[in-house]
Amino acid sequence: MPVREGTYGLLAEFDTPSQLVRAAKSAYNAGYRRMDCFTPYAVEEAAEAIGFHRNTVSLVTLIGGLLGLATMFGMETWISIWAFPLNIAGRPYYSWPAFVIPAYEWTILWAGLSAAFGMLALCGLPQPYHPLFNAPNFRNGASSDKFFLCLESTDPKFDIVATRGFLDGFSPVSVVEVEY
Amino acid sequence: MATKDVPVNDPMLDPVTGEFAVIAPGHTFKSVTEEISRIVLTPHTPLGWFFGFAIAGGVVLMLLVALTWLFLKGVGIWAITMPIAWGFAIVNFVWWIGIGHAGTLISAILLLFKQGWRNSINRFAEAMTIFAVVCAGMFPLIHVGRPWLGYWLFPYPNSMNVWPQFRSPLLWDVFAVSTYATISVVFWYMGMIPDLGTLRDRSTSRIGQFVYGMLAVGWRGSVRHWMRYETASLLLAGLATPLVLSVHSVISFDFAVALLPGWHTTIFPPYFVAGAIYSGFAMVITLAIPIRKFYHLEDLITMRHLDNMGKVMLATGLIVAYGYSTEVFMSYCYSASHWEYFMMWNRMFGPMGWSYWVLITCNIALPQLLWSRKFRQNAALLFIMSLIVNSGMWFERFVIIVTSLTRDYLPSSWGTYRATRWDYMTFAGTLGLFTFLFFLFIRFLPMIPMSEIRLMLPQAKIRAEAEPLPEAGD
Repeated sequence: MPVREGTYGLLAEFDTPSQLVRAAKSAYNAGYRRMDCFTPYAVEEAAEAIGFHRNTVSLVTLIGGLLGLATMFGMETWISIWAFPLNIAGRPYYSWPAFVIPAYEWTILWAGLSAAFGMLALCGLPQPYHPLFNAPNFRNGASSDKFFLCLESTDPKFDIVATRGFLDGFSPVSVVEVEY
Repeated sequence: MATKDVPVNDPMLDPVTGEFAVIAPGHTFKSVTEEISRIVLTPHTPLGWFFGFAIAGGVVLMLLVALTWLFLKGVGIWAITMPIAWGFAIVNFVWWIGIGHAGTLISAILLLFKQGWRNSINRFAEAMTIFAVVCAGMFPLIHVGRPWLGYWLFPYPNSMNVWPQFRSPLLWDVFAVSTYATISVVFWYMGMIPDLGTLRDRSTSRIGQFVYGMLAVGWRGSVRHWMRYETASLLLAGLATPLVLSVHSVISFDFAVALLPGWHTTIFPPYFVAGAIYSGFAMVITLAIPIRKFYHLEDLITMRHLDNMGKVMLATGLIVAYGYSTEVFMSYCYSASHWEYFMMWNRMFGPMGWSYWVLITCNIALPQLLWSRKFRQNAALLFIMSLIVNSGMWFERFVIIVTSLTRDYLPSSWGTYRATRWDYMTFAGTLGLFTFLFFLFIRFLPMIPMSEIRLMLPQAKIRAEAEPLPEAGD
């Protein structure tokens, strides 16, 4: 992978979530799209503000759960009818009510694993390195008590001087330029 | 009319409702982060921690001795014999897995019901679930006699061309318990990722930064990630809820599907689940009260939590009491079966009748004290009550398994049961293992979810443009 150089984006730091949401809304309305907010806990309003309304974790979970159900039920049926038919007190080989219970457990197992690992995959995690970790105030604050808005340099509307001026208008604690 | 006997300006009381606050007032994003992360990141481990850790470690050594001897000699060193083929091992298995259930209840079901107070206690309740499942899972494995062949329980292609038998509740158990263990670990770890990110950023040692950094998988708090994370948490909670109800139901099928009087009953699934939650909440209280005292977390685990947990214990205890009375009604009044009648008479007044009365005293009689608000809000008394309930629930499993098995249909095959020292050592050893793992957990991982506590602070409310901005974070 080629080493990328230059500016990743401009990072504005805020003290309160309300300031962040206001700034994010204005930036979105001003036409910025390649942007992200960083908060120490889930701030739903900030996600709404930058136009992130839906996610596909539920779909991944549903598919995972159905696959788990089909896998276990299919395996039980195959084992009990073809692979190793056993006569247990004269019960039918295809005892589907008994098969429901392990199939139910595997629905939950596969759905749960899909929810957790699907969430990580959709987020692009694990990703131990990210340019934002180059900003010292991000490392100190983003995971404890500060709120950040980052406008990325790949946005067509991004201009280092104009964007900085735009962000300064929201009276942030600081605006720093983040390097790759 | 006399006003209620409460101090008017107590900061821990809500001025409107008079209820205890979930978090003490005056906290900021920074102060909760510091208060929780300092326990993990401090370079000075408290002496008391080493003391407790050493004792728990000693008990784990005893467990290892007991297990080594068991593997050398076989299950004959235990008191199990015909007709009591299921002794302490299965009693302990059912007891431990039941304890785990409260962790899932707190983290999943109370999340779905939007019970905000759960946030302070959910992380260590989940840890409790995992460690309890570790202790529980060990028992069926060592009980099979040749634990090195434990993988035979799973369906896999093998040279013997043999496959498991899917009509047996014992096999359902394998899938229920292994799913439960996996989902609990995943839910616990996923919930911890943002907090591990906080520890990565706040740690001052290279090792800490590296280890927490790797565990945090590069979490950076992007709101896009947060939204997916929240969805995944809700989905996992929604999946864990039917799972937790199914696990103890499946375990109760191990009994209910058998034909033995005292086991063959349809009330078992709901009654086992209620009993599981009952003993689990007792264990959460047993853990929460000393931890909160030792680490001075009274601001985050407040009287509100203890009071609520006392109420849940009372409610589930009453469901369990209903289960017991149904059993009595079914066997004495309704079954018209001589065997059922005898089973209940034997349970109450037979040679092991004392264990039934211990169970009634611990699980039904004494917990009625929880009706009193004063009792629930006294940490010391609540702690003692939690120990009583835990013992009572252990006796419940003992009564179900041992008294039913000692005297079945055929008087010529009746027997008696007296646990050996290896039984006691193994049981006490798992208590040590549980404590040992818990000591490691509170020292190295954040025991209260910081991100969820931040969300509960008044500063987290988004204010509209017109409203004045609140004071800055700290």
